[in-house]
Amino acid sequence: MVEAHGLVKRFGDFVAVDAVDFTITKGESFGFLGPNGAGKTSTMRMISCISPVTEGTLRVLGMDPATEGAQIRARMGLVPQEDSLDLDLTVLDNLMIYGRYFDMPKKVIRQRADQLLDFAQLTERAHDRVDPLSGGMKRRLTIARALISDPDLLILDEPTTGLDPQARHLLWDRLYRLKQQGVTLVITTHYMDEAEQLCDRLVVMDKGRFAAEGSPRQLIDQHATKEVVELRFRPGEHESIALRVADLAERHEVLPDRILLYTDDGDAALAEVTAMGLAPQSTLVRRSTLEDVFLRLTGRTLVD
Amino acid sequence: MSIVKSPIFEHGEVVTPRRVTTPMWLRAALYWGYQYKRTWRSSIFTSFLIPVLYLTSMGVALGSLIDKHSHGVAGVSYVSYLAPGLLAATCMQIGANDTMWPVMGAIKWMRTYLAMLAAPLDVYDVLLGHLAWVAARITIVVTIYLSVMAAFGTVHSPWGICALPAAVLVGMAFGVPMAAFSATQDKDTAFITIYRFVVIPLFLFSGTFFPISQLPHLLQYLAYATPLFHGVALCRDLTLGQVHGWVDVGHAAYLAAWVGVGYLLCRRTFAKRLVV
Ligand SMILES: Nc1ncnc2c1ncn2[C@@H]1O[C@H](COP(=O)(O)OP(=O)(O)O)[C@@H](O)[C@H]1O
Ligand SMILES: [Mg+2]
Repeated sequence: MVEAHGLVKRFGDFVAVDAVDFTITKGESFGFLGPNGAGKTSTMRMISCISPVTEGTLRVLGMDPATEGAQIRARMGLVPQEDSLDLDLTVLDNLMIYGRYFDMPKKVIRQRADQLLDFAQLTERAHDRVDPLSGGMKRRLTIARALISDPDLLILDEPTTGLDPQARHLLWDRLYRLKQQGVTLVITTHYMDEAEQLCDRLVVMDKGRFAAEGSPRQLIDQHATKEVVELRFRPGEHESIALRVADLAERHEVLPDRILLYTDDGDAALAEVTAMGLAPQSTLVRRSTLEDVFLRLTGRTLVD
Repeated sequence: MSIVKSPIFEHGEVVTPRRVTTPMWLRAALYWGYQYKRTWRSSIFTSFLIPVLYLTSMGVALGSLIDKHSHGVAGVSYVSYLAPGLLAATCMQIGANDTMWPVMGAIKWMRTYLAMLAAPLDVYDVLLGHLAWVAARITIVVTIYLSVMAAFGTVHSPWGICALPAAVLVGMAFGVPMAAFSATQDKDTAFITIYRFVVIPLFLFSGTFFPISQLPHLLQYLAYATPLFHGVALCRDLTLGQVHGWVDVGHAAYLAAWVGVGYLLCRRTFAKRLVV
């Protein structure tokens, strides 16, 4: 569906996307996980043929974005990072006009809009203006709108950023259903739980480059231990205590508010910490996540 | 029910895709039509009310004084002299207005252009569609305006029909270059300045209310350079039926040049802003 080789995006002298390679195949859900400024949006904008490629080759749906952008976009749906809904128009009119951009007959758009409103749980708001809707509703409408033309490829740039947990879970559920129906999804996010939930395969992106690539499970297996022990001490104590507990784990990280011990047996490590006479304010033993992978690969946390 | 690849049925048959495709720019223009659906009633009403008020107060009331003392202006009643001038000036205002805030808003606030660009439209479709819509809206206003003018007995010749395209041309001579400028803006402060120091002075001193021969020489030359002067002169010649052949062709050509140059500038500023 999408194939990139040595893909580069520069703004003036600034390199936003630094020679990346990736292949996205039909029916999979592919993620770009990375912090703000990693170059995710720049990459999405190139895939959606909105932003010209600076260097490298890119094929989308077997076509060349530089010369066949309109044909590609006709078969693609884009959920941009920032909503571009018409706030003055009604929910339904937003769908109607978007369908017109794809030159769909009015009757067809109307039928499709009804299905999509139902899918996005917005049927009751169909005739309301968009402006007063909640962030989650606007996001669901943006997704419904991107689906109006029944695209082969759906691109979602940070679909749930800024939403409350309930709204996020509802959105994940909707995206999961699309995935079940075989839509190829490309998702960017800086939430590791989102990436774990939705992506079959993902790349970890930082400063315009890919730090790693694989399924969430593979990435965790390769770059993190099975478990992590989180220890919180009083502010200021972390550095000195870290030196003492470092030997208890395969690897450790010191964050401003906690120490992370990477080990395959968290409970055992924690028992040893206690045996050393240390008394953390709080402790947590948990499974490793993509957040840990990111920390390992870049030395930084995903959300600061 | 699956919402993917579900065939669309109508009267029990799968609908076949349409054979004639709508031009891309027209799809963009349709958007502005949707927007207009919300406001067309008040917009039409205003388009009707403004000429009625102007022509009654300035034309008829003030005009009767002027006509009594100096037997009209340039050989015709003041209201007949004034009406085509106001028509052209109104078109200038709409042309400028509709390409200031709406263009910047479509880039920055509502991101309407970006929504279109994520669909199959490209930046030139977006541009052309918006300009086509501005032209369409000016056409509606001018049609109403000319009807009111005719009702006031200020259209003196069948040439008056040609004032319709001429007035639309005046609006676009302002609107198209203005769109090019608006696409470069991040704030609306410049718009207010332009209104105050360009649009309003032009309105007053481009031969709308009195012949520019009454202005100091320097200002006369300035007036010659502005598209509004040529627009006013052209519309006036047409509604009064005093067509001056090549002179009027010259006026129209000058206006068309503003549209043409403005369009080239638009292509540059729109692409620079939207294709990054
Ligand atoms: N139009 C632009 N002009 C200049 N720099 C840009 C532009 N768009 C993005 N950037 C820069 O490129 C980098 C990557 O941005 P982006 O692709 O938006 O990252 P992400 O989506 O991962 O947060 C950022 O440092 C951003 O400031
Ligand atoms: Mg982004």
